[in-house]
Amino acid sequence: MSRISDNYGSSWQKKFSDWMKNGWDGLDENMAREDTAPREETPAEQTDLFTLKVREDRERQRDVYSRLHQWSVTTGARRIHAVYVILSLFTCGAIIFFLLQAVGGLPLYGAADSPVNNEVTRRYIEQGIEETGAVNFVSSMILDYRAFDTLGESTVLFIAACTVMILLRSDVGANGRPEKGSLIVSPDQSDGKPDPILKHAAMFLIPVILLFGVSMVLNGHLSPGGGFSGGAILGAGLMLFLNAFGRDRAVRFINYRTFITVIFTALIFYAGAKSFVFYTGANGIPFRFPLGTPGAILSAGLILPLDICVGMIVSCTMYGFYNLFRKGGF
Amino acid sequence: MDLLRNVPFVCVLLPLITGIACAVLPRRGSKFLCFVTVLVLTGANAYSIFRFVSGAEPFTYPMGHFPGPWGNELRSGPLESTMALCLSLTAFLSLWAGSGKAGVHIPRGKQGLYYSVVCLAAASVNALVYTNDIFTGYVFIEISTIAAGALILSRQDGHCLAGCARYLVMNLVGSGLCLMGIAMLYGQTGHLNIDSLRRSLSSPPQPLPISLRTVIVLLTVGLGIKSGLFPFHSWIPDAYSYSTPASGALLSSFISKGYIFLLVKIVVRVFGLETIRASGVCPVVFAFGAAGIIMGSVSATRQSDIRRMVAFSSVAQIGYIYMGIGMCTRDSIIAALFHVAVHSFAKSMLFSSAASLIASSGDRAQMDSLAGSGRRNLPAGIAFTVGAMSLTGVPLLGGFLSKIYLSQAAIAIDTFHAVAVLLTLALSTFLQTVYFLHAVVNIYRPKEKSVHSEKQGILSGAALCAMALINILLGTASVPLYRALLSGFLQF
Repeated sequence: MSRISDNYGSSWQKKFSDWMKNGWDGLDENMAREDTAPREETPAEQTDLFTLKVREDRERQRDVYSRLHQWSVTTGARRIHAVYVILSLFTCGAIIFFLLQAVGGLPLYGAADSPVNNEVTRRYIEQGIEETGAVNFVSSMILDYRAFDTLGESTVLFIAACTVMILLRSDVGANGRPEKGSLIVSPDQSDGKPDPILKHAAMFLIPVILLFGVSMVLNGHLSPGGGFSGGAILGAGLMLFLNAFGRDRAVRFINYRTFITVIFTALIFYAGAKSFVFYTGANGIPFRFPLGTPGAILSAGLILPLDICVGMIVSCTMYGFYNLFRKGGF
Repeated sequence: MDLLRNVPFVCVLLPLITGIACAVLPRRGSKFLCFVTVLVLTGANAYSIFRFVSGAEPFTYPMGHFPGPWGNELRSGPLESTMALCLSLTAFLSLWAGSGKAGVHIPRGKQGLYYSVVCLAAASVNALVYTNDIFTGYVFIEISTIAAGALILSRQDGHCLAGCARYLVMNLVGSGLCLMGIAMLYGQTGHLNIDSLRRSLSSPPQPLPISLRTVIVLLTVGLGIKSGLFPFHSWIPDAYSYSTPASGALLSSFISKGYIFLLVKIVVRVFGLETIRASGVCPVVFAFGAAGIIMGSVSATRQSDIRRMVAFSSVAQIGYIYMGIGMCTRDSIIAALFHVAVHSFAKSMLFSSAASLIASSGDRAQMDSLAGSGRRNLPAGIAFTVGAMSLTGVPLLGGFLSKIYLSQAAIAIDTFHAVAVLLTLALSTFLQTVYFLHAVVNIYRPKEKSVHSEKQGILSGAALCAMALINILLGTASVPLYRALLSGFLQF
């Protein structure tokens, strides 16, 4: 049996258990005294010299405290802010200095003897057409030699779309399927009446923009461009359409279901086809997609279908972002 | 057509494809598919360790018809597959223990997307572990970054949104620094493939040119920010503690560990330990690691919310890992990697069990309202106690061994490192005892008033027991793990 000591109130056990319960503070005991109401002073005490001295001291102390407090919220805060600014300027300056020095140590851009011009780029340029069938080196590099990175980049777009949908999508019902009429902002409020000038300009612009985007996607293996840039143009065209003709016309051909179906199909096709290529390539299975004649539209093996997939992913993600950021749904 | 050769390929491409599929499947289907995927990953990695232990050689796996510096490559060896196994197992257990709460915290219509993001995060962490190409590493850093953001904000309350904003600001700076580092490295060597980089950096000029030093600094700081190294840790507490428990566990013990392994890969395989030592980065990383241990522990003692306490303890544990990397010897990096495994298992368990304890105390996370929760919720109490003891460094548990390995590595270097590490370990052990003891005593303190206690499912209890068992095994039977790390490091 343990014995509770007489002065349990101030013992270590009591303090420890108090601290365990709710964070005991060593200052509590001293602070508690100030909470009690000031004692009434008898006239005899007022005349006491000692009491007068104490009161004077206390006044002076309070004065010092208030001046200190005043200093810390005015001058002190300003000085600390100044020190902060000076320190951050100094840090930025140091980082800029070291980065500039590091850039000075890099090989000259475009110099013939720079390390970038090595066997890697030589093979891309000299054997690219023969090995991949694509006239455009960039396409052959990003969609054949280093297709795994591009698969990763397309997945970045996909996961960004997923994240924005988790964050912003508000037109989804309790069962996970899109519901009508549950938009935070109703279509009439957000759209207003489409602008006639925009509408007429869009009638001319949109076909050109969409055709340009499609041709850029389809010619990715032949000329500069490709899935990413063509897809961005297509996405911009779709956004223009939405703005010019309003949501009611836009959802007729692209709503949430088509959006997710297109992205899903394109990405699954991309991942599946590329997995097949990775698997056959790494395990030495002699299967190659026919490369065709370089320069023809139907050539370069998988590059054309993959460009189309990337174009669809990019355009749909851009259009989807625009819709989700605008009012949280299609 | 060896099965072992295709394990890295499966580990990256399978979760990628199932992640895409999860986004269109209904809620239950995507949850099931996600669990199966992570389980398959664990099995595949276990199989590849088994093959490496029985004498298989490390290999590189070309992604496509073009090998070496022209195409992308994956590489697998004992070290990679050990790390991938530890991380996949942690991910599986965290998901298992946290799936109940995830069903409550995340809006029903968005749970399919949540599991899709989890699968993609698994793909990216496996890719970070297995990649043999530094730019592929960067692409998957991007995926991990966005995936982690989605995991944080999937529980849509104010704390999580603010935490996610803070997380994104810090982490995008980290990604940017990494990208700058990779670009400057490419400019100086003309390579992105790690084997080719190693060849062209095998005998750098002495003293090291400043551009090469800058690359090392940029990559270290970038990956340090992303894994929550001390001065850049301010995003950790909000992000880890307020998100749904499965997310907190995955972020602290799965995603951040992928970045750490990539950093180890860059330090050891791209530059080599001698170059890193010559660059002068080591003492700085060492000092930041030590400061992180102390500051993280001091901050943890001041928290009254148990989740924030566990999150600040993460800062301290990341400090141990960076202290190991900062000593820059073979043994210290193996100790750091061992601590990665220990911390993954212990921290995922702490986050899951803390969430379970909170649920059985009427959803209140303050220390004093948790009184008696360890008795109401037996498995969670045991799991929390085991995790706290492991990270404090009680013998027979994993944390004790990693402290021993770290001190041994430090003593082998010189007196300064030995004294610094031993003092830091002593101080941090004291501080960790203070805050973990506070928490453990609190959850077993009797409580007079009855509280609303949520009934915990038998499944999450089983997951917590499995985690506790793994932690005890890490302390008592971890010789095979250490040996696998050692042989993997020698063949790295």
